[in-house]
Amino acid sequence: MESKAKGGRGSVGWLLILPLVLILVPFFIVPIIGVVAASFVQSDGFGGIIPSFTLDNYKGVFTSGLTYQLYWATLKFSVFAWFFSLLIGFWIAYFLVFHVRNPLLALGLFLICTVPFWTSNIIRMISWIPLLGKEGLINSALIETHVIDQPLDVLLFSSLAVVIAYVHQLTIFMIVPIFNSMARIDKRTIEAARDAGASRFEIVRFIALGSIFVVSIVMGDFFVVKVMSGGGSASVVGAFYEDIGVLQYPTAAASATILTIIVLLLVVAILRTVDIRKELTR
Amino acid sequence: MTDHPLAAADDDPVPIRRGRALAPSRDGRPWTFYVLATLFTLYVIALYGPMVCIYILSFQDVRGGLVFPMRGTSLHWFVDLFTQVRTGDVKGAFSRSIRLAVVVTIITVVISFMSGLAFRKRFAGDSVVFYLMIGSLVAPGLVLGIGVGLICNVLGIETSWYTTALGAQLSWTLPFGVLVMFAVMSRLNNAWEEAARDLGASAWQTTFLVIIPILAPGLVAVALFGFTLSYDEFTRTLLTAGSLNTLPLEIWSMTLNVTSPSLYALGTVTTLISFVIIGVCLGTIARIQKRRAAGPAAH
Repeated sequence: MESKAKGGRGSVGWLLILPLVLILVPFFIVPIIGVVAASFVQSDGFGGIIPSFTLDNYKGVFTSGLTYQLYWATLKFSVFAWFFSLLIGFWIAYFLVFHVRNPLLALGLFLICTVPFWTSNIIRMISWIPLLGKEGLINSALIETHVIDQPLDVLLFSSLAVVIAYVHQLTIFMIVPIFNSMARIDKRTIEAARDAGASRFEIVRFIALGSIFVVSIVMGDFFVVKVMSGGGSASVVGAFYEDIGVLQYPTAAASATILTIIVLLLVVAILRTVDIRKELTR
Repeated sequence: MTDHPLAAADDDPVPIRRGRALAPSRDGRPWTFYVLATLFTLYVIALYGPMVCIYILSFQDVRGGLVFPMRGTSLHWFVDLFTQVRTGDVKGAFSRSIRLAVVVTIITVVISFMSGLAFRKRFAGDSVVFYLMIGSLVAPGLVLGIGVGLICNVLGIETSWYTTALGAQLSWTLPFGVLVMFAVMSRLNNAWEEAARDLGASAWQTTFLVIIPILAPGLVAVALFGFTLSYDEFTRTLLTAGSLNTLPLEIWSMTLNVTSPSLYALGTVTTLISFVIIGVCLGTIARIQKRRAAGPAAH
């Protein structure tokens, strides 16, 4: 009786999860398999492929100095974006939870932080142009107040602009989980919890969740780097998007496979520090 | 290296400040309040300031440029946006993106809700499905786009915004929706369901008369995510939408080609639509909560 009931529940679980699986298989698993397969075939040089097994695409990627430059640049942007979004996100969440006494006001201020997340990323990115440009607001203000004589070139179409755009878009991924975990902490028991080190540890686990979003989005980005660096910096994804443009599918597929493996490894490394599923469904 | 900021967050100053924050002297706030309130204010200014700049600049007249100062005021660039050939088929892109977002929203709400229910109990292979979902969330969008394009090429299927792009967007909105469902369902008390079952309700009745009404605000939140993530989705749609552009693809090509305030006008219009959707969703959630707070009679 008992086991029959359990079996029944298990199949109900499968029926409920089936639609999700039916989307993820054709639009996640199959495309990934397709990309991996394409990375092992030859290009005929005219946009077509010759279906014979080869490792040349990978040899090409690994022997090119450009590859390492691209990964170094992308990794640098990831670390900067992650560090600043964590730093700002942590203190914003801390302020909302522990300093704003009226919970309704705290929720309202929290929503003010989240609303831009639900609007277009590209528009939010280009909206920095009138501020950071050579004739932008910041340069004109600095010149008018005689802080500088010449406009600063470094503000727009530079690595700085790329990091600003990332932090602008991604800090919310730190604020939400940290705010959530801090809000769960019973303020009266903090003293006791601190002795056990418990509450702070929980926050670290939620920081891990936010980090997954930040790192995977920056590693997978190409449009922020392309526009905000003004062509000065490239990214891993940007490079194989160019390959697609000139119909070099196998080369692009090899790059794409390597990038996907690296992103997945990074995520697994972050997940290993915390059982996210247990944390979320608790 | 990667441990450093985590360690910093764990550093000693945190508990000390927290202690002060929690036990403020009677005559005022701790000094950290003023520091953090300033940080918060600057953050909000940096968050909205740039957006507000392009809304203002989109109302210039025909002499308008991409930076301040404002050159006149008119609706010239909004008219330009919808009538000029060089700005592309903006009207069509709007209509496609909105229709696509509506379909994505409906599918996302239904499937996320079902998946959320499924994940409440263990079933064979639940971890596999969970990690598939996380994989779909973190995989670089353009890689999936390339994959969909390649597979369609091999199978001889034509890509289009309402088939392949729809699926590609769902591979992004569904993991988000399910994660939101996790957060929503963690607050669902099993006692409500058990009470319904004890009173003789069937599984369907329990779901539709007890669980869904209780979770209604959370489902609205999932809908908000579904709509906005689809409406603004770019990387997964880029190589899967076929010959007709969705709005973010249109914005992208304008970003590269158009150097007039038309681009800002498009930003103003699309953000306005986002704000309406956000307002409707948050308003609905607030109204449900308010009705609940009013008491069981109103419920």
